[in-house]
Amino acid sequence: MQTIKKIATVGFEETNDALVTVSPQKAGQGITVELISTVKRQYGEHLELIIIDAVKQADYTDVHVEVRDRGAWDYALHARIVTALSRGAEQ
Amino acid sequence: MMFVPGNSPKMINNAEIYGADTLMFDVEDSIAISQKDAARMMVKYALKYLPFNCETAVRVNHVTQTPFGMDDLKAILPSKPDLIRLPKTESVDEVRLVTNLIEKVETKEGFPEGSINIICAIESVRGLYEARAIAKEKRVVAIALGGEDFIADLRTQRTAHGIELYYARSQILMAARDANIQAMDTVFADVYNLEGFRKEVTDSKDMGFDGKSVIHPLQIGIVHEIYTPTEQQITHSVKVLASYKDAIANNRGVITVDGKMIDGPIVVRAERIVAQAKAAGVWIQEEFNHEE
Repeated sequence: MQTIKKIATVGFEETNDALVTVSPQKAGQGITVELISTVKRQYGEHLELIIIDAVKQADYTDVHVEVRDRGAWDYALHARIVTALSRGAEQ
Repeated sequence: MMFVPGNSPKMINNAEIYGADTLMFDVEDSIAISQKDAARMMVKYALKYLPFNCETAVRVNHVTQTPFGMDDLKAILPSKPDLIRLPKTESVDEVRLVTNLIEKVETKEGFPEGSINIICAIESVRGLYEARAIAKEKRVVAIALGGEDFIADLRTQRTAHGIELYYARSQILMAARDANIQAMDTVFADVYNLEGFRKEVTDSKDMGFDGKSVIHPLQIGIVHEIYTPTEQQITHSVKVLASYKDAIANNRGVITVDGKMIDGPIVVRAERIVAQAKAAGVWIQEEFNHEE
Protein backbone atom coordinates (compact mmCIF):
# COMPACT_ATOMS: atom_id res chain seq x y z
CA MET A 1 0.00 0.00 0.00
CA GLN A 2 1.23 3.45 -0.91
CA THR A 3 0.44 6.84 0.57
CA ILE A 4 0.57 10.27 -1.00
CA LYS A 5 2.98 12.91 0.26
CA LYS A 6 1.16 16.11 -0.61
CA ILE A 7 -2.09 17.65 -1.80
CA ALA A 8 -2.50 17.32 -5.57
CA THR A 9 -5.13 18.41 -8.05
CA VAL A 10 -6.00 17.40 -11.62
CA GLY A 11 -8.82 17.97 -14.10
CA PHE A 12 -11.23 20.78 -14.82
CA GLU A 13 -14.70 21.81 -13.70
CA GLU A 14 -15.96 21.44 -17.28
CA THR A 15 -18.66 19.37 -18.95
CA ASN A 16 -17.85 15.64 -18.86
CA ASP A 17 -14.83 16.27 -16.64
CA ALA A 18 -14.07 16.42 -12.91
CA LEU A 19 -11.73 18.43 -10.74
CA VAL A 20 -10.09 15.96 -8.37
CA THR A 21 -8.07 16.88 -5.30
CA VAL A 22 -6.33 14.30 -3.15
CA SER A 23 -4.99 15.05 0.34
CA PRO A 24 -2.86 12.86 2.64
CA GLN A 25 -4.51 11.60 5.82
CA LYS A 26 -3.10 10.23 9.08
CA ALA A 27 -2.14 6.57 9.06
CA GLY A 28 -5.14 4.31 9.59
CA GLN A 29 -7.75 6.77 8.31
CA GLY A 30 -8.15 4.86 5.05
CA ILE A 31 -9.92 6.27 2.01
CA THR A 32 -12.53 9.00 2.43
CA VAL A 33 -14.51 10.62 -0.38
CA GLU A 34 -16.25 13.96 -0.76
CA LEU A 35 -18.31 14.08 -3.94
CA ILE A 36 -19.89 17.21 -5.36
CA SER A 37 -21.63 16.33 -8.61
CA THR A 38 -24.26 17.66 -10.97
CA VAL A 39 -25.57 14.11 -11.23
CA LYS A 40 -25.11 13.03 -7.60
CA ARG A 41 -28.79 12.20 -7.08
CA GLN A 42 -28.82 9.81 -10.03
CA TYR A 43 -25.28 8.42 -9.98
CA GLY A 44 -23.74 9.38 -6.63
CA GLU A 45 -23.33 5.82 -5.31
CA HIS A 46 -21.88 4.59 -8.59
CA LEU A 47 -19.40 7.47 -8.77
CA GLU A 48 -18.25 6.87 -5.19
CA LEU A 49 -17.65 3.22 -6.04
CA ILE A 50 -15.61 4.22 -9.10
CA ILE A 51 -13.54 6.61 -6.97
CA ILE A 52 -12.83 4.09 -4.21
CA ASP A 53 -12.10 1.31 -6.71
CA ALA A 54 -9.67 3.56 -8.59
CA VAL A 55 -7.78 4.38 -5.36
CA LYS A 56 -7.68 0.71 -4.30
CA GLN A 57 -6.58 -0.50 -7.76
CA ALA A 58 -3.75 2.03 -7.69
CA ASP A 59 -2.86 0.58 -4.26
CA TYR A 60 -3.15 3.77 -2.18
CA THR A 61 -4.59 4.31 1.29
CA ASP A 62 -4.92 7.07 3.92
CA VAL A 63 -6.09 9.57 1.34
CA HIS A 64 -9.01 11.99 1.19
CA VAL A 65 -10.43 12.40 -2.32
CA GLU A 66 -12.50 15.46 -3.19
CA VAL A 67 -14.27 15.29 -6.54
CA ARG A 68 -16.10 18.18 -8.17
CA ASP A 69 -17.83 16.32 -10.96
CA ARG A 70 -19.52 17.78 -14.03
CA GLY A 71 -20.77 14.56 -15.58
CA ALA A 72 -17.46 12.74 -16.10
CA TRP A 73 -17.84 9.24 -17.53
CA ASP A 74 -16.35 6.35 -15.58
CA TYR A 75 -13.08 6.23 -17.58
CA ALA A 76 -12.49 9.96 -17.19
CA LEU A 77 -13.08 9.88 -13.45
CA HIS A 78 -10.79 6.85 -13.09
CA ALA A 79 -8.07 8.65 -15.11
CA ARG A 80 -8.33 11.81 -13.01
CA ILE A 81 -8.11 9.88 -9.73
CA VAL A 82 -5.05 7.90 -10.84
CA THR A 83 -3.30 11.05 -12.08
CA ALA A 84 -4.06 12.96 -8.88
CA LEU A 85 -2.66 10.11 -6.75
CA SER A 86 0.44 9.93 -8.88
CA ARG A 87 1.00 13.68 -8.56
CA GLY A 88 0.38 13.48 -4.80
CA ALA A 89 2.96 10.71 -4.44
CA GLU A 90 5.74 12.77 -6.03
CA GLN A 91 8.26 14.25 -3.62
CA MET B 1 -7.87 9.85 -39.39
CA MET B 2 -9.10 12.48 -36.92
CA PHE B 3 -6.94 13.99 -34.19
CA VAL B 4 -8.61 14.18 -30.77
CA PRO B 5 -6.90 16.04 -27.90
CA GLY B 6 -6.13 13.44 -25.26
CA ASN B 7 -6.93 15.56 -22.22
CA SER B 8 -10.47 16.51 -23.23
CA PRO B 9 -13.03 13.93 -22.08
CA LYS B 10 -15.81 15.93 -23.73
CA MET B 11 -14.13 15.58 -27.14
CA ILE B 12 -13.19 11.95 -26.51
CA ASN B 13 -16.80 11.09 -25.59
CA ASN B 14 -18.14 12.51 -28.85
CA ALA B 15 -15.27 11.63 -31.16
CA GLU B 16 -16.68 8.49 -32.73
CA ILE B 17 -20.05 9.87 -33.82
CA TYR B 18 -18.56 11.83 -36.74
CA GLY B 19 -17.55 8.71 -38.65
CA ALA B 20 -13.75 9.05 -38.92
CA ASP B 21 -12.05 5.83 -40.01
CA THR B 22 -9.42 6.25 -37.30
CA LEU B 23 -9.45 8.25 -34.08
CA MET B 24 -5.98 9.56 -33.28
CA PHE B 25 -5.84 10.44 -29.57
CA ASP B 26 -3.13 13.00 -29.09
CA VAL B 27 -0.90 13.31 -26.06
CA GLU B 28 1.77 15.25 -27.96
CA ASP B 29 1.46 18.73 -29.45
CA SER B 30 -2.11 19.51 -28.33
CA ILE B 31 -1.20 18.88 -24.67
CA ALA B 32 0.53 21.40 -22.40
CA ILE B 33 3.69 20.16 -20.69
CA SER B 34 1.97 20.43 -17.29
CA GLN B 35 -0.85 18.14 -18.47
CA LYS B 36 1.14 15.34 -20.12
CA ASP B 37 0.54 12.92 -17.23
CA ALA B 38 -3.19 13.68 -17.16
CA ALA B 39 -3.63 13.21 -20.93
CA ARG B 40 -1.66 9.97 -20.86
CA MET B 41 -4.01 8.53 -18.21
CA MET B 42 -7.12 9.89 -19.93
CA VAL B 43 -6.24 8.12 -23.17
CA LYS B 44 -5.19 4.95 -21.36
CA TYR B 45 -8.54 4.63 -19.58
CA ALA B 46 -10.63 5.81 -22.55
CA LEU B 47 -9.16 2.96 -24.63
CA LYS B 48 -9.69 0.54 -21.78
CA TYR B 49 -13.29 1.46 -20.95
CA LEU B 50 -14.89 2.64 -24.21
CA PRO B 51 -15.88 0.17 -26.94
CA PHE B 52 -14.63 2.07 -30.01
CA ASN B 53 -15.89 0.58 -33.27
CA CYS B 54 -13.34 2.36 -35.44
CA GLU B 55 -9.56 2.04 -35.62
CA THR B 56 -7.79 3.70 -32.68
CA ALA B 57 -4.38 5.35 -32.63
CA VAL B 58 -2.37 7.34 -30.14
CA ARG B 59 0.15 10.02 -31.03
CA VAL B 60 2.72 9.77 -28.28
CA ASN B 61 5.51 12.20 -27.48
CA HIS B 62 8.90 11.67 -29.09
CA VAL B 63 10.55 8.66 -27.48
CA THR B 64 14.11 9.96 -27.36
CA GLN B 65 13.81 13.74 -27.70
CA THR B 66 11.32 14.23 -24.82
CA PRO B 67 11.08 12.74 -21.32
CA PHE B 68 7.42 11.77 -21.97
CA GLY B 69 7.42 9.36 -24.91
CA MET B 70 8.45 6.15 -23.19
CA ASP B 71 6.13 6.83 -20.23
CA ASP B 72 3.29 7.39 -22.72
CA LEU B 73 3.96 4.02 -24.31
CA LYS B 74 4.31 2.14 -21.03
CA ALA B 75 0.97 3.52 -19.83
CA ILE B 76 -0.98 3.28 -23.07
CA LEU B 77 0.21 0.09 -24.81
CA PRO B 78 -1.56 -2.26 -22.33
CA SER B 79 -4.85 -0.60 -23.40
CA LYS B 80 -4.19 -1.98 -26.91
CA PRO B 81 -4.60 0.85 -29.39
CA ASP B 82 -4.47 -0.38 -33.00
CA LEU B 83 -1.73 2.09 -33.86
CA ILE B 84 0.97 4.16 -32.24
CA ARG B 85 1.88 7.31 -34.16
CA LEU B 86 5.49 8.33 -33.67
CA PRO B 87 5.98 12.05 -34.21
CA LYS B 88 9.03 13.64 -35.84
CA THR B 89 10.53 10.27 -36.77
CA GLU B 90 14.12 10.66 -37.89
CA SER B 91 15.76 7.25 -37.54
CA VAL B 92 15.08 3.55 -37.61
CA ASP B 93 16.54 3.32 -34.08
CA GLU B 94 13.55 5.26 -32.69
CA VAL B 95 11.17 2.88 -34.42
CA ARG B 96 13.03 -0.19 -33.17
CA LEU B 97 12.93 1.10 -29.61
CA VAL B 98 9.15 1.28 -29.86
CA THR B 99 8.80 -2.01 -31.71
CA ASN B 100 10.73 -3.80 -28.94
CA LEU B 101 8.47 -2.31 -26.28
CA ILE B 102 5.33 -3.22 -28.23
CA GLU B 103 6.54 -6.80 -28.56
CA LYS B 104 7.18 -7.03 -24.81
CA VAL B 105 3.75 -5.63 -23.96
CA GLU B 106 1.98 -7.91 -26.45
CA THR B 107 3.65 -10.94 -24.88
CA LYS B 108 3.00 -9.81 -21.30
CA GLU B 109 -0.65 -8.93 -21.92
CA GLY B 110 -1.35 -11.97 -24.08
CA PHE B 111 -2.29 -9.90 -27.14
CA PRO B 112 -1.95 -11.65 -30.50
CA GLU B 113 1.37 -10.78 -32.15
CA GLY B 114 0.96 -7.80 -34.46
CA SER B 115 -2.05 -6.34 -32.58
CA ILE B 116 -0.37 -2.96 -32.26
CA ASN B 117 1.27 -1.36 -35.28
CA ILE B 118 3.11 1.88 -35.97
CA ILE B 119 2.57 4.91 -38.15
CA CYS B 120 5.60 7.17 -38.48
CA ALA B 121 5.23 10.88 -39.05
CA ILE B 122 7.93 12.54 -41.11
CA GLU B 123 8.21 16.13 -39.94
CA SER B 124 11.77 17.21 -40.72
CA VAL B 125 14.25 17.18 -43.57
CA ARG B 126 16.39 14.66 -41.67
CA GLY B 127 13.33 12.42 -41.28
CA LEU B 128 12.54 12.74 -44.97
CA TYR B 129 16.01 11.55 -45.91
CA GLU B 130 15.46 8.47 -43.70
CA ALA B 131 11.88 7.85 -44.83
CA ARG B 132 12.71 4.92 -47.12
CA ALA B 133 14.42 2.99 -44.34
CA ILE B 134 11.83 3.97 -41.73
CA ALA B 135 8.97 2.79 -43.97
CA LYS B 136 10.52 -0.67 -44.24
CA GLU B 137 10.75 -1.23 -40.49
CA LYS B 138 8.76 -4.05 -38.88
CA ARG B 139 5.22 -3.04 -37.79
CA VAL B 140 5.32 0.25 -39.69
CA VAL B 141 2.05 0.13 -41.64
CA ALA B 142 1.95 3.77 -42.77
CA ILE B 143 4.03 6.91 -42.97
CA ALA B 144 2.52 10.35 -42.69
CA LEU B 145 3.65 13.82 -43.50
CA GLY B 146 3.63 16.24 -40.56
CA GLY B 147 3.38 19.36 -42.66
CA GLU B 148 3.54 22.17 -40.12
CA ASP B 149 6.80 21.06 -38.49
CA PHE B 150 8.26 20.18 -41.87
CA ILE B 151 7.54 23.68 -43.19
CA ALA B 152 9.13 25.20 -40.10
CA ASP B 153 12.21 23.06 -40.73
CA LEU B 154 12.30 24.23 -44.36
CA ARG B 155 12.05 27.86 -43.20
CA THR B 156 9.08 28.66 -45.41
CA GLN B 157 5.31 28.95 -44.96
CA ARG B 158 2.16 27.26 -46.19
CA THR B 159 0.71 28.49 -49.46
CA ALA B 160 -2.57 27.82 -51.26
CA HIS B 161 -0.77 26.04 -54.11
CA GLY B 162 1.27 23.82 -51.78
CA ILE B 163 4.59 24.00 -53.63
CA GLU B 164 6.46 24.02 -50.31
CA LEU B 165 5.30 20.46 -49.53
CA TYR B 166 5.41 19.01 -53.04
CA TYR B 167 8.83 17.39 -52.70
CA ALA B 168 8.11 15.99 -49.23
CA ARG B 169 4.76 14.58 -50.31
CA SER B 170 6.36 12.96 -53.35
CA GLN B 171 9.21 11.42 -51.36
CA ILE B 172 6.92 10.11 -48.63
CA LEU B 173 4.65 8.59 -51.21
CA MET B 174 7.58 6.90 -52.98
CA ALA B 175 8.92 5.57 -49.66
CA ALA B 176 5.49 4.19 -48.77
CA ARG B 177 5.03 2.51 -52.13
CA ASP B 178 8.58 1.12 -52.04
CA ALA B 179 7.76 -0.49 -48.67
CA ASN B 180 4.22 -1.45 -49.71
CA ILE B 181 2.62 0.50 -46.85
CA GLN B 182 0.11 3.37 -46.71
CA ALA B 183 0.85 7.08 -47.09
CA MET B 184 -1.19 9.63 -45.12
CA ASP B 185 -1.25 13.30 -45.97
CA THR B 186 -0.80 16.11 -43.46
CA VAL B 187 -3.55 18.10 -41.71
CA PHE B 188 -5.13 21.25 -43.14
CA ALA B 189 -5.21 23.77 -40.32
CA ASP B 190 -7.58 26.37 -41.84
CA VAL B 191 -10.64 24.53 -40.51
CA TYR B 192 -13.40 26.69 -41.99
CA ASN B 193 -11.78 27.01 -45.45
CA LEU B 194 -13.60 23.97 -46.78
CA GLU B 195 -12.95 24.77 -50.44
CA GLY B 196 -9.22 25.01 -49.78
CA PHE B 197 -9.44 21.74 -47.88
CA ARG B 198 -11.33 20.06 -50.72
CA LYS B 199 -8.65 21.12 -53.21
CA GLU B 200 -5.83 19.88 -50.99
CA VAL B 201 -7.49 16.48 -50.43
CA THR B 202 -8.17 16.13 -54.16
CA ASP B 203 -4.57 16.99 -55.01
CA SER B 204 -3.05 14.59 -52.48
CA LYS B 205 -5.42 11.80 -53.52
CA ASP B 206 -4.47 12.39 -57.16
CA MET B 207 -0.80 12.16 -56.15
CA GLY B 208 -1.52 8.71 -54.73
CA PHE B 209 -1.99 9.23 -50.97
CA ASP B 210 -4.18 6.72 -49.16
CA GLY B 211 -5.80 9.12 -46.72
CA LYS B 212 -5.81 12.45 -44.96
CA SER B 213 -5.38 13.47 -41.34
CA VAL B 214 -8.10 15.83 -40.13
CA ILE B 215 -8.45 18.08 -37.12
CA HIS B 216 -12.18 18.85 -37.23
CA PRO B 217 -15.33 16.77 -37.84
CA LEU B 218 -16.31 19.20 -40.63
CA GLN B 219 -13.45 17.82 -42.72
CA ILE B 220 -14.39 14.12 -42.48
CA GLY B 221 -17.26 14.13 -45.00
CA ILE B 222 -15.10 15.80 -47.64
CA VAL B 223 -12.33 13.22 -47.26
CA HIS B 224 -14.83 10.37 -47.54
CA GLU B 225 -16.48 11.95 -50.55
CA ILE B 226 -13.20 12.37 -52.40
CA TYR B 227 -11.75 8.99 -51.47
CA THR B 228 -14.94 7.02 -52.27
CA PRO B 229 -14.88 6.01 -55.96
CA THR B 230 -17.73 7.38 -58.10
CA GLU B 231 -20.57 5.13 -59.26
CA GLN B 232 -19.19 5.35 -62.79
CA GLN B 233 -15.71 4.23 -61.66
CA ILE B 234 -17.16 1.35 -59.64
CA THR B 235 -19.41 0.17 -62.49
CA HIS B 236 -16.51 0.26 -64.95
CA SER B 237 -14.16 -1.53 -62.53
CA VAL B 238 -16.69 -4.28 -61.85
CA LYS B 239 -17.10 -4.71 -65.62
CA VAL B 240 -13.32 -4.91 -66.08
CA LEU B 241 -12.93 -7.53 -63.36
CA ALA B 242 -15.88 -9.59 -64.63
CA SER B 243 -14.45 -9.55 -68.17
CA TYR B 244 -11.02 -10.48 -66.83
CA LYS B 245 -12.50 -13.39 -64.89
CA ASP B 246 -14.34 -14.54 -67.98
CA ALA B 247 -11.18 -14.25 -70.11
CA ILE B 248 -9.20 -16.39 -67.65
CA ALA B 249 -11.95 -19.01 -67.53
CA ASN B 250 -12.05 -19.22 -71.32
CA ASN B 251 -8.29 -18.99 -71.92
CA ARG B 252 -8.63 -15.75 -73.84
CA GLY B 253 -5.61 -13.45 -73.96
CA VAL B 254 -6.59 -9.95 -75.01
CA ILE B 255 -9.92 -8.53 -73.80
CA THR B 256 -11.73 -5.23 -74.30
CA VAL B 257 -14.27 -3.39 -72.16
CA ASP B 258 -16.27 -0.51 -73.65
CA GLY B 259 -13.99 -0.60 -76.70
CA LYS B 260 -10.76 -0.29 -74.70
CA MET B 261 -8.09 -2.95 -74.35
CA ILE B 262 -7.70 -4.30 -70.80
CA ASP B 263 -4.27 -5.29 -69.58
CA GLY B 264 -2.58 -6.00 -66.24
CA PRO B 265 -2.29 -2.48 -64.80
CA ILE B 266 -5.92 -1.72 -65.64
CA VAL B 267 -7.02 -4.84 -63.77
CA VAL B 268 -4.89 -3.80 -60.77
CA ARG B 269 -6.48 -0.32 -60.82
CA ALA B 270 -9.95 -1.84 -61.04
CA GLU B 271 -9.19 -4.08 -58.06
CA ARG B 272 -8.01 -1.05 -56.12
CA ILE B 273 -11.16 0.94 -56.90
CA VAL B 274 -13.37 -1.95 -55.84
CA ALA B 275 -11.34 -2.34 -52.61
CA GLN B 276 -11.69 1.40 -51.90
CA ALA B 277 -15.42 1.24 -52.57
CA LYS B 278 -15.82 -1.68 -50.20
CA ALA B 279 -13.77 0.09 -47.54
CA ALA B 280 -16.12 3.05 -47.93
CA GLY B 281 -19.11 0.78 -47.33
CA VAL B 282 -20.36 0.50 -50.93
CA TRP B 283 -21.99 -2.89 -51.57
CA ILE B 284 -20.61 -4.73 -54.58
CA GLN B 285 -21.67 -8.14 -55.87
CA GLU B 286 -18.59 -10.38 -55.94
CA GLU B 287 -19.31 -12.20 -59.21
CA PHE B 288 -16.01 -11.04 -60.71
CA ASN B 289 -13.77 -12.57 -58.09
CA HIS B 290 -11.43 -14.66 -60.23
CA GLU B 291 -9.79 -16.28 -57.20
CA GLU B 292 -12.98 -18.15 -56.30
